[in-house]
Amino acid sequence: MVYSYYPGCTLKNKAQDLDRYARMSAEALGFTLEEIEEWQCCGAVYPQASDEIATKLSAVRALNDAKEKGRDLVTLCSACHHVIKRVNDDMQNVEDIRTRANNYLKLDAPYEGETKVLHFLEVLRDRVGFDTLKEKVVNPLTGRKIGAYYGCLLLRPSGVMAFDDPENPTIIEDFIRALGAEAVVYPYRNECCGGYISLKEKALAGNLVDHVMESAVDKGAEELITACPLCLYNLKNSGSSKKVPVHYITELLAEALGLIKE
Amino acid sequence: MQRIGVFVCHCGTNIAATVDVARVVEAAAKEPGVVHAEDYQYMCSEAGQLKIREAIKEKNLTGIVVCSCSPRMHENTFRQAAERAGINPYMVEIANIREHCSWIHKDIEEATEKAVILARAAIAKVTLNAPLQSGTSRVVKRALVIGGGIAGIQTALDIADAGYEVDIVEKTPSIGGRMSQLDKTFPTLDCSACILTPKMVEAAAHDKITIYTYSEVEKVSGFVGDFQVDIRKKARSVDMSKCTGCGVCQEKCPSKKTPNEFNRGLNTRSAIYTPFAQAIPNVPVIDRENCIKFKTGKCGVCSKVCQAGAIDYEQKDEIVTQNYGAIVVATGFDTIKLDKFDEYSYSTSPDVITSLELERIMNAAGPTKGHLERMSDHKPPKSMVFIQCVGSRCADKRGKSYCSKICCMYTAKHAMLIRDKYPDVEVTVFYIDVRTPGKNFDEFYRRAVEEYGVNYIKGQVGKVAEKGGKLLVQGVDLIDNKRILMETDMVVLATAIEPNPDVRKIATMLTASIDTNNFLTESHAKLRPVESPTAGIFLSGVCQGPKDIPETVAQAGAAAVKVVGLLAKDHLVTNPCTAKSDELLCNGCSSCEKVCPYGAISYEEKEVNDHGIRETRRVAVVNSALCQGCGACTVACPSGAMDLQGFSNRQILAEVDAICR
Amino acid sequence: MHRTEQEQAELLKEISGVDTKKCMKCGKCSASCPAYEEMDIRPHQFVSYVQNGDVKALLKSKSIWKCLSCFACVERCPRDVKPAKLIEAVRLMVIRERGGNYLTPDEVPELLDEELPQQLLASAFRKYSK
Repeated sequence: MVYSYYPGCTLKNKAQDLDRYARMSAEALGFTLEEIEEWQCCGAVYPQASDEIATKLSAVRALNDAKEKGRDLVTLCSACHHVIKRVNDDMQNVEDIRTRANNYLKLDAPYEGETKVLHFLEVLRDRVGFDTLKEKVVNPLTGRKIGAYYGCLLLRPSGVMAFDDPENPTIIEDFIRALGAEAVVYPYRNECCGGYISLKEKALAGNLVDHVMESAVDKGAEELITACPLCLYNLKNSGSSKKVPVHYITELLAEALGLIKE
Repeated sequence: MQRIGVFVCHCGTNIAATVDVARVVEAAAKEPGVVHAEDYQYMCSEAGQLKIREAIKEKNLTGIVVCSCSPRMHENTFRQAAERAGINPYMVEIANIREHCSWIHKDIEEATEKAVILARAAIAKVTLNAPLQSGTSRVVKRALVIGGGIAGIQTALDIADAGYEVDIVEKTPSIGGRMSQLDKTFPTLDCSACILTPKMVEAAAHDKITIYTYSEVEKVSGFVGDFQVDIRKKARSVDMSKCTGCGVCQEKCPSKKTPNEFNRGLNTRSAIYTPFAQAIPNVPVIDRENCIKFKTGKCGVCSKVCQAGAIDYEQKDEIVTQNYGAIVVATGFDTIKLDKFDEYSYSTSPDVITSLELERIMNAAGPTKGHLERMSDHKPPKSMVFIQCVGSRCADKRGKSYCSKICCMYTAKHAMLIRDKYPDVEVTVFYIDVRTPGKNFDEFYRRAVEEYGVNYIKGQVGKVAEKGGKLLVQGVDLIDNKRILMETDMVVLATAIEPNPDVRKIATMLTASIDTNNFLTESHAKLRPVESPTAGIFLSGVCQGPKDIPETVAQAGAAAVKVVGLLAKDHLVTNPCTAKSDELLCNGCSSCEKVCPYGAISYEEKEVNDHGIRETRRVAVVNSALCQGCGACTVACPSGAMDLQGFSNRQILAEVDAICR
Repeated sequence: MHRTEQEQAELLKEISGVDTKKCMKCGKCSASCPAYEEMDIRPHQFVSYVQNGDVKALLKSKSIWKCLSCFACVERCPRDVKPAKLIEAVRLMVIRERGGNYLTPDEVPELLDEELPQQLLASAFRKYSK
C-alpha cells in the first residue's frame, strides 16, 4: 500500500527523527510513505477567519496532489495534520472558500475535498490494526511506563478532526500497549503545551508545561510520547517542574519493531 | 342546491391585524351557493355562535364555513352550534385563516388574498358535503398504566379509587421507579421511601389494581375505548405463588458480580435478586444472563436452599392479552450517558459521580449504608464540588437542549443535607443560573446558602482532573472575574435527564407522537397537557417533560381524571368520517387491507349487480366501528373504489380546483 | 478605511462566523482556557464585548497575544459559540493595520535556540504578523 505523504517543514529539519523512523516503520509494516512533490509549508496554524484564502492554498495544493495520484494523504506532525484536515473540511463544506481557492489555483479540475487525510496513527489503527502491529513487534517495550501526550491539535475541534474522543482519547494508549509498554493515562494529556506562545511568552508556556508534566508524573509516567515537534520542544524546554524524557511516537515504534540498531 | 353561510372571525387582532376580514366577507359572498356572509370579533364566543345559529334559521342555510383558527381548536364548537340550529354537524367546514395564514404572514395584502383562497376552498368543499351520522362503540371499563413509578402508581390508585379496574405494567422486577432510588425529597426533606412505600403497598393491595412486574407491553391494537394489548410476562424463574420472600436464595447465590442497577452500578448484586428490600412484589427474579445455572447448567444452589420450592428454571415467558378502554404512559426517565463529557473525568475517576449515584450513597440502604464516602478509597470527603447543567441546555449534540428542571433543587438539597450531617465538609456549587420556581423552592435554596453555608459560584466548570488522589477543579468565578483552581475530594454532576429510551418503541405501538427529544407530545400544551393527540392515550410524569415529584403526582391525578371521564361513558360516539368501498369498482386486490393500521378492512364474497350482470365478487368491506378515518386505504386503492366519507376524492379535488382558480 | 465601533463589531462577527447571541453566559470557555490568567479581557468577555459593540477595548487588549488557539473553548462550549474564532478575528483586525505586527524578523535571532523547531517560527509569524 502506498500513501501520499506530507512531512512538513520541521520534519525536514529539527524533527528528522520523527520522519525517518516513520518511513522505516512503515516499510516494516508493509506500507510506503511517498513524499508528495514540491510541497510547501502548511503555515503551521489553521487560518480561522472566513476571509483567509491565500494562507490555505499550500494545504489545498498538497491535497490536490494526493487526489491526482488517487491516494490518501498521510501526515505526522500534529500541526500539519490539523491544518490540512481542516482546510480539507472547508473545501468540502464551505462553498465560498472552495470557490475562491479554486479561482486562485486554476487546477486542471477543481479540488472539492476529495482526498482522505489520515494521521500516521490513524493508518496504524485503522489500516494496519494495532493487533497486527503487536504481532510485528520484535522488541516489546515491556516494563516501560509511557504517557501519551496528545496536545490540542490532533483532537480539537473534534467535529472536524474526528480523531478520537477529545476529552478521553485512547488511540496513543492503544498504540503504547501494542508496543508492549504500559500506558499511563493522565488527565492533562489533552491540554495545550503552549504552542507558538513559547516564542514570546516563556512564562505562560512554562506554566502550561508544568501542569502537563506534573499531571503525567502524578499518574506515574516515566516518559512521554508525542507526534508534534513543537509539543516535544515545549515539553522539554519550558517550565520548571520535574521532567520525564519526551520522545516521538515513531521513535518508540521503530525501537519496538527492532529497527534502531544500538 | 346548497345554501351556504360564511362566518369570518377576527380572533381579536390575531386574524384581523393581518387579514382584512371585510374583504374576505365580500369575496366569500360572491361565491356560488353562498347566501350569507358576515364577520365577528370572536366567532367562538356565545354571541358569535348565536350569530351562526340565527343565520342558519333565518336564511335556511344547509351548510356553513367558519373562517377562523385551526379545526383542532374549535371545529367541535361550531359543529355543536350547527347541530343546535338543526343542521347536520358534518355540514360545517373550517377555513384555517389563523395558524395557516395570519400567524405566519406579515403582509396584509398577501395574507388577505390567501385567506380568501382558503375560504373559497372550504366553500367548494362544503357544497359537496353530505350529512353523516355517527355510530357508537363500546368502552371497556379497564385502564392500562405503562410504568410503575410514582406517576404510574398515583394514576392507577386514582383510577382504581374511582371504581375502575387498572393494570400496571412495569419492566423491572418491582414497582417504585426512580423515586424508590431517592434518599430525601425537596423542599420538605421527607424520606422518599417513607412516602413512596405506603403508596406501593396500597397499589399492591388494591382490589381493583393488578400489577405485572418484570413485564413489557408487546403489542397494541384497537382504538380509544377498546384497545387490545399483549403483555409479555418475562419468565421470573421463581413461582410467585410459592415464594415467601425469605431472601435465602439471594444470600446463597454464588454469582454476585453483576452490577447493581438499583445502586447505579456502585456495587454488585446476586444473579437471583430483588432490586431493593421494600420491593413489590417481594419475589426475586433470576437474571438468566448472569446465572451460573443458566450459563453452564451447573449450580442450582437457589433451588436447593428454597424451602418453599419456588425456584422454577423451566418457567417460560407468558403472554397475557387484555382489553382496555384507556392507556396511560408513565415510562419516566433516566439520566443521560456521560461519555461525551469526559472533561469532568466521569469515565476515569470513581470519585466523580452523578447526582443519582449520590442519592444511593446517601441512602441508608445504599452501597455505603448511607455513609458519605469516596468510591475510590472509601474515605469520607472533606470537600465536595457540585457542577450544574451537565448535558442540559446544550446546543450541541453532546447534550440536551432543554433545562432538566429538577437539578437546581436537588443540588440545593444534597448540599444542605451534607452540610447538616457533616458540618466539616465544604460544599461548593458551580452554577450557570439557579432556577427555583415552585412553592417554597427559592426559600429552600436560600437556606442552603444562608443557614448551611453552601458556597455558590457562578460559572460553569471547564475541567476536572485527578491529581494526587484528589480532584482538581478548574473553573472561573464570573462575578469576581477570577480563576478558580480548587482541590476537592468528590465531584457530583447534575446530569441531564432524558425520557426512558424504551419510550420510542411504546409510542410507536400506541401511535402516540413524540418530540425530537423523545418526550411524548401532549394534545395541547396548555389546555390538554395530559392527553396525547391519539385518542384514549394519556400521559403521566416525566415521559411528557421534565418535572419533579409534586408536579408528577399532580399530573398523574389529572391523567386519572381524564381516564375516569372516558371510562364512565356508556359508549363512545364514533367518527363518521370513515372509509367506504364502492363494491362495483372494487377489484378485490387487497391493497387496502394491507395498509389499514386498524384491521378495519376485510374481504367478502358478495353478489353484485354490475349494470344488470349479477355475479359474485370478492370485495372490500370496511368495519366502520374499527375505521379511524386515516385515509391510507383511499390512497392505496388502485381502482378508486375506496373513498373517505367527509373527505371524498371529489371534495378534495373541488378544494384544489378552488385554490387554483 | 475608518469604521465605527459598531461596524467593526459586525465585521468581527462576519470574519469569525461567530453568532454572539448564542452565548448563554455560562463561562465555560473561560473556565477551560489555559491562558485565562494572562488575559486582561477573558474569552467569555470577548463574546459579550462584541455583542455590545465595545471593540476599542478589545483592540487594545493583550489577550489577543495570549490566546493559544488550543480550541478548548470551542470544544467545550455548550452553545457552539467558538470564542477562539472571535479572538482570532480581533487579532487579525489589529495586525492587518499598518504597524500592527506583534513580531518582526529583527526580533527573531535573539529568540532562537539550538532545538527550536521551524514550526514554532512559522506559527508565530502566522499568528503575530501580516
